[in-house]
Amino acid sequence: MSSALLYALAGVALCGIGLAGFLLLNHLLRRLLAFNLIGSGVFLVLVGLAQHRGGPDPVPQALVLTGIVVAIAATALAVVLIRRYFHLTGRTSFKAESEGDGGGAGS
Amino acid sequence: MAGLLFTPLAWASLSLLLDFRKGRCVSWLGMVIQVLVSLALWYAVMERGGFSYALGGWEAPLGIALRVDGLAVTFVLLTAAVATACGLHAGFYLDACKPWQRYFWPLFWFLWAGLNGVWLGADLFNLYVSLELISLAAVGLVALGGEAAALRAALRYLFAALLGSLAYLLGVALLYGRFGTLSLALIDEQLASCEPALIVALLLMLAGLALKTALFPLHGWLPPAHGIARSPVSALLSGLVVKASFYIAARLWLELGDRLGSPWLAQSIGALGAAAVVWGSWLAFRQPHLKQVVAYSSVAQIGYLFLLFPLTFAVAEPVSLLAQQGITLQVISHALAKAAMFLAAGNLILSIRSKRVDALAGVSHFLPFSLFSFGLAGVSLMGLPPSGGFAAKWLLLQASLASGQWWWVGVLLLGGVLAAAYVFRIYRASFLEVGDSDDFYHPPQSLEAIPMILALLALGLGLVAEPVLSVLSLPFEVTADVNEAQL
Repeated sequence: MSSALLYALAGVALCGIGLAGFLLLNHLLRRLLAFNLIGSGVFLVLVGLAQHRGGPDPVPQALVLTGIVVAIAATALAVVLIRRYFHLTGRTSFKAESEGDGGGAGS
Repeated sequence: MAGLLFTPLAWASLSLLLDFRKGRCVSWLGMVIQVLVSLALWYAVMERGGFSYALGGWEAPLGIALRVDGLAVTFVLLTAAVATACGLHAGFYLDACKPWQRYFWPLFWFLWAGLNGVWLGADLFNLYVSLELISLAAVGLVALGGEAAALRAALRYLFAALLGSLAYLLGVALLYGRFGTLSLALIDEQLASCEPALIVALLLMLAGLALKTALFPLHGWLPPAHGIARSPVSALLSGLVVKASFYIAARLWLELGDRLGSPWLAQSIGALGAAAVVWGSWLAFRQPHLKQVVAYSSVAQIGYLFLLFPLTFAVAEPVSLLAQQGITLQVISHALAKAAMFLAAGNLILSIRSKRVDALAGVSHFLPFSLFSFGLAGVSLMGLPPSGGFAAKWLLLQASLASGQWWWVGVLLLGGVLAAAYVFRIYRASFLEVGDSDDFYHPPQSLEAIPMILALLALGLGLVAEPVLSVLSLPFEVTADVNEAQL
């Protein structure tokens, strides 16, 4: 097994763990952390898989840097929204009132 | 060209420094510039066909490559039209006294920049960045009200959008690992045979984009977010934002689908779209709140778009072109009609001071103009002639019969009937004479005029469908020639 494949598989495993957390957890902050875990997995696949052309490839590293900035911005926005939501309602999940308005993986 | 991306970004930073009223003046100036630049680009493409453009002279992979063709420039112009209408409407509709309203303008401009980035983007990663810019700006706009319900809808939207983006990015990572390039055109050339890893990549990207486009059964986040946002925001989200992720999915499918797709994948995506049409229309008919009706109607109308997948897979070239033209017309007419409908619904809600459908009783005497705009937009959604919706459905009908997939015809007809049902339900409620309620607020004339103009555009689209489509389909070959010449 080459190191590129090893990195990619580790990335996919991280994505899987994150996805499970995203779908199964209720606490909003935990779901946000699960999202960050998926993001790390994707970045690992992006950097890891592209190595096989003899040495590291600079393009995916630049992409991952951009991706990290995007992920930080999204996380910051989510944290602000969650905090405000908690201040207004005292809740940390959608659970109490989310029944009845349709399913969907993102709900 | 570069102005289409930089003007919105510059205006976003500029309007961040100003309060709502000053931001409004500055933004209206910016909208004029954007419309003029979009028109100039439209004429450039009409004159010499599509072309590629390296931003700032930096070539890919380091620079940002842009690709302009008939489809892209049509959507740029559509965005300019709808966003300008929503921006003008918002300038009057939003209450200038509330301090947080000043954040509307920066978010509005960031959204516009992201949309133009998606229409013009030529490589997969820049499309991801533009999509994220759109998502973050859109979530901010939904949360603008600051109430608990708005925050809840915004958070659900944010989580769905983030999950969708990451699924898309994972697909991009797999493609890059295989091909070592992010350009869609280069991947298309190198792709020879069908490998399992590539199918997984395509499936991941399509699933992520379907979640962001709110394809049934992943639509759970859309109605709360579009229903709770301010009306101009809902119009922007329903008219333009969901189309951005669909546009990327369609481009992926049209470039790579013929080799990586399979009949069952095409048919099952089409079936999900058909289910969205029926289920979304039925739920729209049952909603107690006016804006929820319009939001569920969006779920249904998005369903039609996904008929593109079966109707362009393994069919003859003219049939595929017919389906593509039909879907493009559907995108344009839905964007115009749905923006008109949300803005008109906003006026009605402003007037009756209630969000419920049954509170509409008697409003037909007081606000006939807005109600008429709502109905005209409804005509396009139902697909009656001469509206753009009719022309779109006619083309799709022809495509499905020509490709032997007659089962989609039933979906198109049933969807039209159900759309008529939920529009007439609103009309019935507003013509009821209950008597004692004559306490209506009159919104300013300009608020009523804007949805009317949009609805008339959607209605007239059917009459000018031929010239619009000729611009769409003609430059495609020219673009291919330009690409070949450069390579």
